Amino acid sequence: MTDSWRQPRRLLLVALGALTVFFLMAPTLVVVPMSFTASNALTFPPEGLSTRWYEKMVTDPQWSTGFLNSAKVAFLTAILATVLGTLAALGTVRGRFPGRGAVNGLILSPLIVPVIIIAIGMFSVFVRWKITGSIVGLVLAHTALAVPFVVVNVATSLRSMDRNLEQAAQSLGAGPVRTFRRITLPLILPGVLAGGLFAFITSWDEVVVSIFLTSARFRTLPVEMWEQVRQVVDPTVAAVSTTLLAVTTTLLLLAFVVRRQAPAR
Amino acid sequence: MTTAGRPIDGSSERLDRPALVLRGLEKSFGDVPAVDGVDLEVRQGEFITLLGPSGSGKTTTLRMIAGFTRQSAGTIEIDGADMSQVPPYRRDVGMIFQNYALFPHMTAAENIAFPLEMRRASRSEIRRRVAEALALVKLEGFGGRYPRQLSGGQQQRIAFARAVVFHPRLLLMDEPLGALDKKLREALQLEVMHISRQLGATVIYVTHDQEEALVMSDRIAIFNRGRIEQLGRGEDLYDRPVSLFVADFIGDSNILRGWFERDGDGGWLVRDASRWRVGAAATARAALDGDRAAALVVRPERLRIVDPGDAGAAAAGANTVEASVRDVLYLGSIRKYELTLPDEQTATVRQQVGGNERVWQPGARVRLTWAVDDEVLVSDPGGRPSRPGDVPTAPLA
Repeated sequence: MTDSWRQPRRLLLVALGALTVFFLMAPTLVVVPMSFTASNALTFPPEGLSTRWYEKMVTDPQWSTGFLNSAKVAFLTAILATVLGTLAALGTVRGRFPGRGAVNGLILSPLIVPVIIIAIGMFSVFVRWKITGSIVGLVLAHTALAVPFVVVNVATSLRSMDRNLEQAAQSLGAGPVRTFRRITLPLILPGVLAGGLFAFITSWDEVVVSIFLTSARFRTLPVEMWEQVRQVVDPTVAAVSTTLLAVTTTLLLLAFVVRRQAPAR
Repeated sequence: MTTAGRPIDGSSERLDRPALVLRGLEKSFGDVPAVDGVDLEVRQGEFITLLGPSGSGKTTTLRMIAGFTRQSAGTIEIDGADMSQVPPYRRDVGMIFQNYALFPHMTAAENIAFPLEMRRASRSEIRRRVAEALALVKLEGFGGRYPRQLSGGQQQRIAFARAVVFHPRLLLMDEPLGALDKKLREALQLEVMHISRQLGATVIYVTHDQEEALVMSDRIAIFNRGRIEQLGRGEDLYDRPVSLFVADFIGDSNILRGWFERDGDGGWLVRDASRWRVGAAATARAALDGDRAAALVVRPERLRIVDPGDAGAAAAGANTVEASVRDVLYLGSIRKYELTLPDEQTATVRQQVGGNERVWQPGARVRLTWAVDDEVLVSDPGGRPSRPGDVPTAPLA
């Protein structure tokens, strides 16, 4: 009965939504056709069709090294952030100690503090520690940025978990460690894995902090792209962008699938 | 399960020792006492129910026995060993929760195997005992199912099997049947009771359902404001409540409030122009310190309705009170009368439906009568003096 006035409003809403999605996606998606161009210039629309820039990306050692470095850093970051983030979530969700809210805020602060400020701060400290331009420094920095994503994911899982299950395990003879390994961890695993994937992605496409903490001898893929775009505008960048995009999208989808695997309560 | 004839010496120590002893158990959350001095001794193989309204401290007491909540004061002894500082996983106590608390990522069989694995039982022993436990709860063939594939009643049976499979020293149950519908609940009450007896398990059962408590328990501990108000068999609690709270909580009660006056071995309960005789036994049990505000408790099935003009219908020496019938409720095997007393208080009478009994109609003026032996005298801490000039009683604690 109310459809008569609802219909136009609904259409307007759909149109607005579609437009928003287009503005968000278009700049990203434009690189995909550009990467298949046959010409030597980065142009849109692309001229001709070729996969030569993908060949160059794979064969050029500068790109393949960057790719490998990014993968290494992201992998180590994901592991470190997942372990630390899971422990932090356990502490802040289950623990009862003074200043719990403040600790939680501090852990989540990298989500709010501008990345450039974090980058400058870390750079000045890491220079003194002599770990700039190394994988160690970058992994530590990315871990700080990635931990909040793990904490948020794991905390959500923990809050939705029935605490009686842990008490039941204890009454059946399981100490704290075995209770965690056999009961808590399996039940929050979807949250842990999703957090880990988010941590990987965070590191994988991070560029601001990486610019400060990498050197000519140790560069990640996004930093390599940044350097290349500033010098020669070569369609290889578009090919690399498309590859990055594909990896990130795949991991994000994976994270959502994993998140839904929460066991029925 | 009698201990008669067994010599009291070292060889029978295990069986003569209480399964659980609570001494001066207290727990406060902040300034609020949840449990305020609980003493309880439970025999081996006994089925004890902690019964009380919500917030009376029964669940907190159970959680302290399990070790999930640390007591503020007092001691907990299980099988003669002080458990006050022992973590829950070393207390060897089986617990059953209202929401079952089955591990959702494990099958029914894996759930039951869990406590055995924690005790490092061998693989073959685990297999054998899991099969036995499944048979015990009549769920053979359900071992491979996940909890979400089982009904509520089946889940609670698996939870029961999991809690008894390792032969715990105590079996604790926290309103385990509260989430089930009435029919299933009643069936499971009998099953839980029978299996517990069969296993010889010592059970501490928490509920707020008095009928459940009466059906299942050897003894019932009535909780009120963090204390055990009365401990005893169901019959004791029903026939000889020690306080107005217990009388009111267990079964339906007719309560006549007034002022107790001692007279020889017995006495009188006086209110306005009415006087009711109190027998010597009831007076002795109530152990009131002198004349004071008190109440008579009479169960609805002990009251008889008679014609007010028929003086002979009330036995000589019986107590009576005037009343008028307000409602008559026919409930199949019994007829329930709601009556109004002269001071606007209400009374309930249960009459067996036999076919020959006299049926009273709403509005009828009648007389209620009961034998002196059928009444219980309790003190009435909230009572007021009934006669002018009487001093007020001590304020309610």
